[in-house]
Amino acid sequence: MKRDLSGTPEPDLPHPPELHATGLRLGYDGTIVVDGLDLAVPTGRITVIIGGNACGKSTLLQSLARLLTPRGGAVHLDGRSIHGMPTRQVARRIGILPQSPVAPAGLTVIDLVTRGRSPYQTWWRQWSVEDERAVTGALTATGMLEHANRPIDALSGGQRQRAWIAMAIAQGTPVLLLDEPTTYLDLAHQIDVLDLVVDLNRRDGRTVVMVLHDINQAARYADHLIAMKAGRIVRQGHPAEVVTAELIEEVFDLDCQVGVCPVSDAPMIIPMGRHHGARTPNLAVR
Amino acid sequence: MTFLETSTAAGRTTFRLARPAVSGVLALRPIAVGTLLAAVTFAAFCVSVADGRIQIPLTDVVPALFGHGDPGTLLVVRELRLPRALTGLLVGAAFGLSGAVFQAMTGNPLASPDMIGVIAGAQTAVVAGIVLGFGAGLGTQTLGVVGALIAALVVYLLAWGRGTTGYRLVLVGVGVAWMCTSATDYLVARAMPYEARAAVGWLVGSLNERGWHHVRPLALAMAVLVPAVLLLGRWLGTLHLGDPVATALGTPVSYARIALLVTGVGLAAFGTAAAGPILFVALVSPQIAQRLAGRATPPPLISAVTGALIVLAGDLVSRIVLADARLPIGVVTGVLGAPVLLWLLVRANRTGSGG
Repeated sequence: MKRDLSGTPEPDLPHPPELHATGLRLGYDGTIVVDGLDLAVPTGRITVIIGGNACGKSTLLQSLARLLTPRGGAVHLDGRSIHGMPTRQVARRIGILPQSPVAPAGLTVIDLVTRGRSPYQTWWRQWSVEDERAVTGALTATGMLEHANRPIDALSGGQRQRAWIAMAIAQGTPVLLLDEPTTYLDLAHQIDVLDLVVDLNRRDGRTVVMVLHDINQAARYADHLIAMKAGRIVRQGHPAEVVTAELIEEVFDLDCQVGVCPVSDAPMIIPMGRHHGARTPNLAVR
Repeated sequence: MTFLETSTAAGRTTFRLARPAVSGVLALRPIAVGTLLAAVTFAAFCVSVADGRIQIPLTDVVPALFGHGDPGTLLVVRELRLPRALTGLLVGAAFGLSGAVFQAMTGNPLASPDMIGVIAGAQTAVVAGIVLGFGAGLGTQTLGVVGALIAALVVYLLAWGRGTTGYRLVLVGVGVAWMCTSATDYLVARAMPYEARAAVGWLVGSLNERGWHHVRPLALAMAVLVPAVLLLGRWLGTLHLGDPVATALGTPVSYARIALLVTGVGLAAFGTAAAGPILFVALVSPQIAQRLAGRATPPPLISAVTGALIVLAGDLVSRIVLADARLPIGVVTGVLGAPVLLWLLVRANRTGSGG
């Protein structure tokens, strides 16, 4: 997008966001984790990043949300570098839920979700009509309306995660970044959260980028899958094209067979391990 | 839309004005608690003014505060009683507010200026002034503020330089506090007897012999710092969710934290300069205020009122109940505050929040 928005006021109506990174160089202290990475986030789709531990996937996500300042390169939102924009303005376009956030003991769900409105609030305007609509909407979408008055620390792990996601939803951003939103949840709650992400994408048209550990879930829920290793993108595209036995071998150093998920038609991997894999597989092998 | 809308949903009462476009959540319990505490504090203030060698009837105190009454009463109130009562009121409020800022910002109940070296820094600087002979009058105020700022800067650079956790801040702060305390002890040990006595007298924290020259600098500082805290307070609500979430919600984290740090340090420093380090007020007041108001984090204004009440009440206890012992206020708050600190430590470990 070549539009020059500098100096012009932000349009009120959300237009489809365009988020891309060029020549990203990221690191902490002395270590460089990502070097020379380019990425264009598909607008209006669910993008999932997978990769082994310490491959730089969370680092990349944090830099897309300006939580981490790049050592080189830039992240552009609608043609402007997000690190040069006022942080409040970015907060109206990009929402991010970091990994395992912690709320002060006793903070209620509705108070937390209301915090999601802070990019729009002023000292004197703390509960506008839009604030009320967004907070109620987020609580309803996550099924947390009935728990609105409970303290976060009294909730189950799944409810807690949904409360945080509700906060990010209330922020009303066209781009939503989620860093391992299913960590520490049991399988039923993992699927619950991922289905909610699909709702946010299909119903509200939000662009979603998330980091997931489970390759099969990633393949099932992603429109666009990115596989990372050692700070670079090994392959990206439709999950059916990305998830192959060779790629899993390359990215995760894991022997596996790739079949087809019987309920979603997404590719599904079966890891071999040292003690299994001698038998002929019953799965339809791609 | 009607002119004023109010609604009660999910246990919260909200209001919205059509014009000007003012809206918000009305926290009924904090408002009620705050009003009640303010009333009790005013009563304690009046008793503090009334009590002394010349007893003034309480019914005469309130008119005298507004300049009505016989000249003798007015003289006693204005020259003897008001400076002490006002110093107590303002110092308590400054400590309470300062503690609330630090605790709310870090989400850590132990991160209060008396724990993390800020007050200890002021202490060392003021004692150095007394011992080395340049710490009278305004010099005390200036030294206190400079000492507190230097200590805070050291803590900030060591603990907050890269990434922040409230726990790290407390550990570094305690280290800095001990260094300052050692320096203070060294200065007192090396001082001449007269200076040493003056320094020790100041070190316990006292409201005795306060004059208008103690009240004025503190009142001026608070006229600037209290509105600043209220304006910056909006950021406290996101900062205690952690740096990543606060940034995600559009808070300019570094700027907000430095601004809040400077106001919090300023309040603690001017308070210390006016009455010495009255221990535990900054630590305890926000915790009490938070529980009374039923909030998840310390509410700044109610913490300030609670701090004022604790100092005024503590002073009354030492003057009236323990009149024979002639204990300075700092000893009273120390004795009462230590168990609260223990309780906070035990509780913090149990919830696993690491302090």
